[in-house]
Formats: sequence, structure tokens, C-alpha cells
Amino acid sequence: MSLLNDLTGAAPGLRPRAVLLRLGAIGALVAGTTGAFAYAGGWLSPGDLTQARIVDRFERVNGPHPGFRRNHAKGLCLAGRFESSGGGERLSKASLLAAGQVTPVTGRIALAGGQPYAADATMTVRSLALRFHLSDREEWRTGNNDIPVFPVRTPEAFYQQILAAKPDPTTGKPDPEALKAFFAKHPESAKAAALIKARTITSGFADDTFRSLNAFRFVATDGTETPVRWAFVPERAATAESPAQAGRADKNFLFDDFTAAVRQAPVRWHLIVTPGSPGDDSADATLPWPSERASIDVGSVIVTTTEAEATGNCRDVNFDPLVLPVGIVGSDDPLLSARSAAYAQSFARRAGEPKAPSAVLDTPMSGAGL
Amino acid sequence: MRNVAHFNLPARLLHWTMAVMILVMLFIGVAMVTSVAHYHALLALHQPLGIGILILAALRLVNRWRSPPPKLPVELPGWQRKAAHASHILLYGLMLGLPFVGWAMLSAAGYPIGLGGAVVLPPILPRDPSLYAWLRPLHTILAYALFGIILAHLGAALMHGLIRRDGVFSSMAPHPIR
Repeated sequence: MSLLNDLTGAAPGLRPRAVLLRLGAIGALVAGTTGAFAYAGGWLSPGDLTQARIVDRFERVNGPHPGFRRNHAKGLCLAGRFESSGGGERLSKASLLAAGQVTPVTGRIALAGGQPYAADATMTVRSLALRFHLSDREEWRTGNNDIPVFPVRTPEAFYQQILAAKPDPTTGKPDPEALKAFFAKHPESAKAAALIKARTITSGFADDTFRSLNAFRFVATDGTETPVRWAFVPERAATAESPAQAGRADKNFLFDDFTAAVRQAPVRWHLIVTPGSPGDDSADATLPWPSERASIDVGSVIVTTTEAEATGNCRDVNFDPLVLPVGIVGSDDPLLSARSAAYAQSFARRAGEPKAPSAVLDTPMSGAGL
Repeated sequence: MRNVAHFNLPARLLHWTMAVMILVMLFIGVAMVTSVAHYHALLALHQPLGIGILILAALRLVNRWRSPPPKLPVELPGWQRKAAHASHILLYGLMLGLPFVGWAMLSAAGYPIGLGGAVVLPPILPRDPSLYAWLRPLHTILAYALFGIILAHLGAALMHGLIRRDGVFSSMAPHPIR
């Protein structure tokens, strides 16, 4: 046993038994630290929902579309500004909400789903993602959808819903049995789906209302926090979709109409903030807040240009809903962190992939708007 | 126990403060990239903590240069001396390099790097997703490397402290014992 003492260079007073014990203790500590690290990294709980699994499922359902977003894959970049009315100053100290403040804005309109070349359809959920460029590199990024509530309450339900709502390749529609089973397990989603189905479908992006769906909190100068939801409400009157639209040969008619509209005149949305009252659930995006809640017009987003997705523009931006300026913080809604995580995963994957041109190209000036 | 020179007080303070910070950082990092529920909260800790480590590592390098560490015992075998030397170069390289790679990759991705409040770091690389695609996995590989070297460092330090008892461990102990 003194070989062990020689090998380890043990101090003269140490008996071989003590050396062995101490070696064991050191080994146990190193192994324990490694085990704790593996636990933290999720290796010991392979059944847990991870950001990679969420994005894997999108890829499985939609097929591979390298270089594109895994969801809201078909889109068009936009730019303009935000003009604050000062109406939000009392609730939030965010500098962009100060009266008279004008903040440059870039963004993206898109259709939900992971198919970058799908033909436009009025029924498809539309989104408006915006990036407010505040001074001193501060940013506010926000992704908003044209539905009244979000279809699921938790990230786990979202994960199941991706699969349940997967269109059948033969019918083009989700398997009714799978959807039924999902709704039976998630009654809150069944209620939300009914509200979503009953929404008014407008003729295009420019007359559509886009909602935050998740709640956030506005933080005032004195530290007071107010739960809020918001909506980008179009200035132009909404016109309902028409059957004639669906018959158009242009597969990008929703995007091309928007480009034409912006060329004619800037397209404006009012940012309408709804403060929640005690009792309004900020952690459940499937529940609408009572319609009688007061709403505050805090300013206008004015879109002046559109541009096809390309290197360096909105294509290469992760519209992470938790990139927030001072004065706005996330709520207790579990979907927020999940969106942040899944978007980061989607962004990291597409960052290194070869890029193909978007289906939505810059339309020539002789478009419908002129 | 023989009387061996100690690291100076700033070196010991920096070592133990950073030991805690770096271990916490590595655990946050490995948890963050799989977590769905805690992703954002962990990310909000990860960024300022990383910049804190970068600043302390720079201070530590300056302190090390002004006050060189005590020599290793003469009876230490040559290969162990070389391993100790190499692992310390790697430790310093990674303590400084990992935060820099993190900062660079977030710059390339176009993320604002918030340190709390309205403080947002300037980018150190142009916005370029293809750069991000290189730097993002590099950050992970370097982090695993750092964790591995820290484990080796921990094991070796305890070998010195518990088995060799040659004063190497106590030279960095928070309250040096003679």
C-alpha cells in the first residue's frame, strides 16, 4: 500500500488507509460536481420540454426550410417611426413613451406557420413584429398576432398543439381526432379556439389589429407596476375580407397589398394599452380581459417603407418579446420565457444555414397602389 | 506543515470570489440553453455576471503581474509542474476569453446586451448571423472546457491540501494557516 503513498506523493505522516479515504473523498466531490452540472443541463431528465424540442417539433411538422424562421416563416420587412402621444407616460417610464418622443422603428409583417412559400390566405394568422430603436442602444422588440387570445396557456400545451394542429398532407387540414383529444385535455384551448375562430377577418395587414396576447407590466417612474396588454389598432377602417381576394392569382396578395398601401400613404397603427385590473389574469393568454377595461392611446406606429427580406434587415433579427426597455417588464405569463427561449433556438439554427430568397419580393413600382 | 509563501490578499479574495461566480455562471449557462421556463431569468443573470467575471479576471491578471504567485514546492514532479502551469494559462485564457466570445456572439446576433437598467453594452462585432453561427457553438465548447479544467484544478488543489500537504493549497486558502 505504500505504493499509493509514493504515487500520490502523500505527506510522510499519512497512513495508506487515510490516503485512500481522502482520495475517495476528492473523487466523490469531483464526481458530485459533474453530476450536478449534468442535472442542471437537463441530461438526467430527458423527458423535460426543452427549447430544442419545441423547435424540433416545428421542423418535423413543417419539413426542413433552411435559413427561414421555424414559425412565421413568410414575411416582409418594414420601417418607419413611433410617435408618442404621452398617454403612456404615467404608467411607464420607458423613454419612447414620453410626450412628443419620436422613435425609429423597424419590423416585419408575417404569416403564422413554418411554410415560407405557402400561398397567402386570409384565414392564416398574421403577425406584426416591431423593433423600437431607443437612444443609447436600448431596444423594445415585440411580436403581435391578429387573434384575440393565444390558443394555449402553457409551453407544454403549445408543444402538444403544434402536433395536434399539424395539417394532414392529404386533406390539408388538421386531424380532427387529434384536435379533439387535445381540446379535451386543454379546455382552455377549446374556448380560446372558439374566440379565435369567431374573429373578424380583415382584408389585409394594413387594416388589421395585432395584439400582444401575453401580458406585460409597465413600470412607472415611482416604481408602480401595472399589468398591461396592448394592441396595434389600424387607423384606417377595417374592411372585411372578400371572396374575390381568395381568387387572386397573386400568391403574395396580402404582402403585395401592404406594400402598395405603404407606397400610397404611410400606414398607421395606434398603440392601445389596456391596464389590467386586480383579478385580470396576467398569466393566462387564453383568457380575454373584460372588454370594459379602459384603454390608453399611447402613440402611433407609422410605417413608411417596406423591403423584401435580405441580409442585415428584419430577416436577421430575433423579435424576442423579452427584449424590453426600462419601463416595461415581462409578466408571470409562462409563455413569455418560452417564446424567448424558442425564438433564440430558431435564430441560432437559421443563423448558420444557407439563405434562399423570400417568397415575398420587392414588387415593382407599377403595383396596384399606383 | 511547512511555511510557504501565500498569495497576497487581493489574489485570494479574487480567487474565491471568482470561483463562486464562475461555477454559478457555468451552471446558469448549461441550464439556460435547455430551460424553457427559466430561460429569460437565467439569461438576465448570465450577461451581467459574465461582464463581472471579465472585469475581475483583468484585475486578477494585473495583480498577478504586480505580485507574482508563490513558487511551487521543489519536490513536485516535473510533469505536475508543467500541468499546473498549462492549466493556469488555460484558466486565465478562458476566464477572459469566454466573456469576450459571449459579448462578440451577441453583437453578431444583434441582441442588445443589457447589464441591468438602461445600460446596454456596445457591440464589438458587426451584426452578422454567419459569425454568430460560428461563435455560438464556440462559446459552448469553451464553457465545457472551462468546466473540465476547473474540475481538474479542484481535484489537484485537494490532492495538495489533503494528501501531499505541501502548502500549495494553503497558499490560496481564504485564511492561510501556517
